[in-house]
Amino acid sequence: MKARVLIRLKRGILDVQGSAVKRALEGLGYAELTDLRVGKVIELDIAAADPRVATARVEEMCRKLLANPITEDFSIECPLP
Amino acid sequence: MRFGVVVFPGTWSDCDFHYVIGEVLQQPVKYVWHRDRNLTEFDCIILPGGFSYGDYLRAGAIAGRSPVVEALAEFISRGGFVLGSCNGFQILCEAGLLPGALMRNECLQYRCQSTSLLVENTDTSFTRGIRPGQVLRMPISHGEGKYHADPHVLETLKKRNQVVLRYCTEEGAVTRAANPNGSVENIAGIVDAEGTVFGLMPHPERAAETAMGGTDGLMIFHSLLGSLVEDGSFLKR
Repeated sequence: MKARVLIRLKRGILDVQGSAVKRALEGLGYAELTDLRVGKVIELDIAAADPRVATARVEEMCRKLLANPITEDFSIECPLP
Repeated sequence: MRFGVVVFPGTWSDCDFHYVIGEVLQQPVKYVWHRDRNLTEFDCIILPGGFSYGDYLRAGAIAGRSPVVEALAEFISRGGFVLGSCNGFQILCEAGLLPGALMRNECLQYRCQSTSLLVENTDTSFTRGIRPGQVLRMPISHGEGKYHADPHVLETLKKRNQVVLRYCTEEGAVTRAANPNGSVENIAGIVDAEGTVFGLMPHPERAAETAMGGTDGLMIFHSLLGSLVEDGSFLKR
């Protein structure tokens, strides 16, 4: 079963990488840009039959390692087509 | 005092620490591999700088869950000291042994430079040989050293006097211009609630001989050695 984790810096935490990318796009003429934030996508393949079990395991992985609860939020998509 | 210097794949300051402890300070020192869990023969464990496990995912994230770091909790509860510098500080935060997190420098640059550091707390085993308000010179070398903590955590840190070092001017003024990485309130180093775990972004091992431009880093080691001699830790273990 496939799952996808999206990890984002928490709202309110300055995303310096996002600001730099935004400035670069503005330099390319995209003046309509009002905000840009950079995150991470992690794709996992899990040997599990029940999507609820798989989601619970991925959530545990996020809490233990994949995301830093102090600075990041995460969301899980499971199962994926 | 018996020191263990932890080596992860990607650590780079291990030899510098080993040299300073063994040759400059003439103390017994051994390397500790990241898979080792037995720390009973040591009084102080050093987590050196570098890029442990390539700093994949986040700086210090994978090392923060490694066997040797998992063994640190018990080592600390037995009265052992831990000093984490640079990547070592990131690892201690990732492992939850120190509060807060270290994020990408606000300037987005990798900063490799000398810094002035205000010693705010001289009541720790790592700083007791230093005068209150003294300014130390030590280099930094990092891309992710911006200290971040939630407001309530920050308040607790200050209330308990856990902030040990702040980036400052040569005269000791804590200013925005003296902050090389955007750390909240110029924080460069903190201790845990018990004061036995010290994390700092600067490199004391790179300020340990006059030929290297200064010896202020030695004050941290001398403080620690003095603490152990006085409280008898040497004899107890």
